[in-house]
Amino acid sequence: MKFSTLIAAGFALAASVSVAFAEDISGAGATFPYPIYSKWADAYKKVSGVGLNYQSIGSGAGRKQIQAKTVTFGATDIPQKEEYLNTNGFVQFPMVMGGIVAIVNLEGVAGGDLVLDGDTLANIYLGKVKTWDDAAISKLNPKSKLPSLPIIVIRRSDGSGTTFNFTTYLSAVSADFKKSVGAGEAVEWPVGIGAAGNAGVAANVMQTKGSIGYVEYAYATQNGLAWTDMVNSAGKRVKPTLSSFKAAAAKGDWANAKNFYLILANSPGEASWPMMATTFILMYAQPSDPAASSAALKYFDWAYSNGGKMAEDLDYVPMPDSVIAQVRSAWKGIAK
Amino acid sequence: MTTISESSKNLDMSLSNDRARVLKSLVFSDTLFSFATRAAAYAVLLLLAGIIISLIVGAWPAMKAFGFEFLVIQRWAPQLEPEPVLGALAPIYGTLVSSFIAMLIAVPFGLGIAIFLTELCPHSIRRPIRLAIELLAGIPSIIYGMWGFFVLGPFLANYIEPSIVAAVVNIPVLNSIFSGEMVSNLSLFNASLILAIMILPFITAIAVDVFSTVPPVLKEAAYGIGCTTWEVVNNVVLPFTRVGVVGGVMLALGRALGETMAVTFIIGNSFKITGSIFAPSTTISAAIASEFAESEGLHQSALILLGLLLFVLTFIVLATARFMLMRLEKRAGA
Repeated sequence: MKFSTLIAAGFALAASVSVAFAEDISGAGATFPYPIYSKWADAYKKVSGVGLNYQSIGSGAGRKQIQAKTVTFGATDIPQKEEYLNTNGFVQFPMVMGGIVAIVNLEGVAGGDLVLDGDTLANIYLGKVKTWDDAAISKLNPKSKLPSLPIIVIRRSDGSGTTFNFTTYLSAVSADFKKSVGAGEAVEWPVGIGAAGNAGVAANVMQTKGSIGYVEYAYATQNGLAWTDMVNSAGKRVKPTLSSFKAAAAKGDWANAKNFYLILANSPGEASWPMMATTFILMYAQPSDPAASSAALKYFDWAYSNGGKMAEDLDYVPMPDSVIAQVRSAWKGIAK
Repeated sequence: MTTISESSKNLDMSLSNDRARVLKSLVFSDTLFSFATRAAAYAVLLLLAGIIISLIVGAWPAMKAFGFEFLVIQRWAPQLEPEPVLGALAPIYGTLVSSFIAMLIAVPFGLGIAIFLTELCPHSIRRPIRLAIELLAGIPSIIYGMWGFFVLGPFLANYIEPSIVAAVVNIPVLNSIFSGEMVSNLSLFNASLILAIMILPFITAIAVDVFSTVPPVLKEAAYGIGCTTWEVVNNVVLPFTRVGVVGGVMLALGRALGETMAVTFIIGNSFKITGSIFAPSTTISAAIASEFAESEGLHQSALILLGLLLFVLTFIVLATARFMLMRLEKRAGA
């Protein structure tokens, strides 16, 4: 994380706050989709004159805000179960997807030089694979000469949707990990250093020799960090690219996912990237301010129709057309 | 003669009437003033009571669920099914150890600077040094955090800590305190060092103040019988100001215990007690800062309980400091 990026983010935030008028759409939640939501919002404001006031405060905090009705929509990287949705009277739909990558800081290792499989990655995060020249890693990377450096594990210190999706994947591929750590927003990590936010993990990996971390793909590319390739569930080595993200996304069985409850971890298919995250929107089925609610839906509708290219520019994966059609029909459940 | 005394009597009468009126209005404004200040003072008490009560209310579910075991459980597993297992031992350990190391570094440095400033320093550089130390106290803690993260941490991890690890690798006990297994930019020791820099100005400022309460005649007498500067400091200045110095040190300790932002940046936020000071750890305030926003239910309640524990800990430290400073004032007055 460069200072300039921080400053730019600060200015962007200040600017977005200063142009927020009363009729702006208000939302709060996940940090992961914040870049694309604000990019869409800029473009949408030009065509419609309606702006977006989005507080990127984290999935859990976003859920609390929508429960407290201080915002029109909440954004969460963790799909919510039916019971939660029914208790609160929420409608849930997916907005955009993205890939999670493992990033490493090793001298002479660039993006895509190394490959890991799920089991090895899980063992690194369990503290069982301790050094870079461990047999498990060198077996996967026979051509790379890896140093006998200790692996410094970096993970999130705050509750996070990225952690949820990452640990869901590790639990899916490693019975050990599932048993001793499990999947969740904030898990009991056996090893490692905790850093706040995707940006914090990226900054820590940049600063620490011999470290490994996990971030949303965009944070790796923006900070010029070396990501690793992964061996997917079909046993094939894949690179984190838009096409491998799309291949994984296409395997999602959205048609049979009630309330769009679907976690895209360890997708089948030879071209699929194994670690994916989907970000969701929560809105009231019976909104207290129907006008604000339908203004928000108009924005989402516009984003589904016109935002695909913008999302891909930022390395997000737009929802497939079939899912968008499904979402639009789910919107009928929201009172106008 | 009589006329003069008559008129002066009249004058007296009118004066005392005036005086009564003025006094009456003074009494009124005085009562109002005293009432206003009293209300402000009581409001602080109310506020304090309110904070304590709301902390206890918030912490109640965690107290009920974990009881006194909260203090000895080392695990921090908020996502465990069906019930989370949360214990305060790791953050309490991190808080105490980081503050202890910080004091170990800052106390000798701070007192050394204070002694230099009051006993040895040429007048021309006394002001610049004092000013620099006061500026150190004015730097916001987030700046210390960023500096620690980007500059101090990598420097220590790359150049200093590996050689310490190598030096003690064969010495039992020391090789586990300075274990090389997890040397990284973020660790308990790096956080302690930042804390030491942050509390240094407090120790120095208070020590300078109390050192200057030593009556010059005592020092002059000591110098007169041929004492060295070290002997004067050791046998006259320090014994005379001991209580005040300890009070100042306790105030600094209070700050170290509660420091949040800088520590959260560089301690590594790991709920593990490893015994090594080069390993990442966490403190009570760092744990609250990094987890509170995304916490719910029992997890949140446990964080509030942590806050209550820190409150009690800091209160004890500050009360002790106040008590000691009070004793010093009594002695200075006598």
